[in-house]
Amino acid sequence: MELAHADLQTISLTEPLPGLLRRIGGTPLVRLTRLAGGLPETVAVYAKAEHLNPGGSVKDRAALAMIRAGLRSGALAGGKTLIDATSGNTGIAYAMIGAALGIPVTLAMPANASEERRKMLETYGAELILTDPMEGTDGAQRFVRARVARDPDRYFYPDQYNNNANWRAHFDGAGVEILDQTGGGVTHFVAGLGTTGTFTGVARRLKAFDPAIRCLSVQPDTPLHGIEGLKHMETALVPGIYDPALADAALTVETEEAYETTRRLAREEGLLVGVSSGANVAAALRVARSLEAGVVVTILCDAGTRYLSDSFWNPTR
Amino acid sequence: MSTTQTLTRIHIPTPLRAYTNHEATVAVAGATVGEALANLVARYPELKRHLFDDEGRLRSFVNVYVRDEDIRYLEGDRTPLGAGDELSIVPSIAGG
Repeated sequence: MELAHADLQTISLTEPLPGLLRRIGGTPLVRLTRLAGGLPETVAVYAKAEHLNPGGSVKDRAALAMIRAGLRSGALAGGKTLIDATSGNTGIAYAMIGAALGIPVTLAMPANASEERRKMLETYGAELILTDPMEGTDGAQRFVRARVARDPDRYFYPDQYNNNANWRAHFDGAGVEILDQTGGGVTHFVAGLGTTGTFTGVARRLKAFDPAIRCLSVQPDTPLHGIEGLKHMETALVPGIYDPALADAALTVETEEAYETTRRLAREEGLLVGVSSGANVAAALRVARSLEAGVVVTILCDAGTRYLSDSFWNPTR
Repeated sequence: MSTTQTLTRIHIPTPLRAYTNHEATVAVAGATVGEALANLVARYPELKRHLFDDEGRLRSFVNVYVRDEDIRYLEGDRTPLGAGDELSIVPSIAGG
C-alpha cells in the first residue's frame, strides 16, 4: 500500500461538487476543558467534531469518497441505485449526497433503528428496507448481498465494510487535518471500531507521519451493549477493511461509562453528540490520565439530536 | 410453580447465542418478565452478567420486548406474561 502524501490529490474530482458537499470535512478540533479537568497542563485532550459535518456525522466523509470512487470507476453509472447496509449514519450520508447528486438510494437497516433516523432517511427521499432487529446490521448486510446477487445490474453496492475508499477518506481527510490542527503534535489517537474506516484511515496516516504516535482502538466490553455504531469484533461480522495489527492497544468501554460521558459532554462541554462519541471520549480520558505529557485526539462521531428519543439521557430510567 | 404454567419463548440475539449453546430461542417458565429472565439466566449462568448489573437489575441498555412492545413502556420486569407471549432481547445497532 502506498502511503505517500501525493495521494491527497487523487481524491479530487475534475468537476466541482455542489456547495453543500464541499462542506464535508475540515471539521474543528476542540479541546475538552471541563471533562479533562484535573489533568496536568502538559496533557491535552482534543476531539475532532465530526458531528458538525453537513450530514451530522463522520460518515459523510466515507460516503462521499465511496460515491466518488464509484463515479470514477464507472460502477455508479446509468441510473443505478446505490444500495448498502447501515446502522444509520452512513445511510444518512448516502441519502443526503444522493439527493444532492440525483442518485437514487436504497438502504437496509435493522427495524429497531430510531424513529429520528428512519424519518431523516425518508425525508431525504431514500428507500428503506427494515431487516430483522435480532440480527443487527449483520443481518442487513446479508440482506443487501442477497438482493444485489439477484439483480446485480440494477445496483451500485459500495459495501462500506469492505471498500478501501472508506478508510482512505479518513486517511486523506481527518488524518491530515489532525496533523495540521495539532501542528504535528498529536501523540495518541483513540477511536472506536464500527466499519473500522475512521480508525484505520486516521491511524495509517498518523503512523505514516510518525510511527511513534500511539493509536488505540475502542470496542464495547460485551457482545450485547448499548454503544450504537460500535462493533464487538469477537462476536460480529468482521469488516474486510479491519486491520487489527494497526492498533497499539485495544481498549474496551462499558456502555454505562459511555452513557455517562455522553451526558457529561452535553452538560459540561456543550457538545450534544451520540453514544459512540461518549465511548471514544471516555477511553481518551482514560489514556490521558495515564500520561505525564501528551496530546490525545479522539473523534466525536455523530450528533446527539438523532438519539433524543433514547432513554439514556435520563439516568434514572 | 404450577405444572400447568405455560412456557414463554425468549428470542436470543445472535451476539448472545454463544452463551445459550447457540439456541436462538429458549422456552422458560415465569409469570412475569422478571421471572422468565431469572429462569433464563439460571439455565445459562454465563448470560447473567450480560443482562444484569451487580445489584441484579436489568442493565439499562438491554432492550426487552414483549408482544413487540418495549417493557420500559409496559411494567418493566413486573410486566405479566400470558399464554403465547414471546419475549425478545434486542441488540442495539452496531457498525456504520
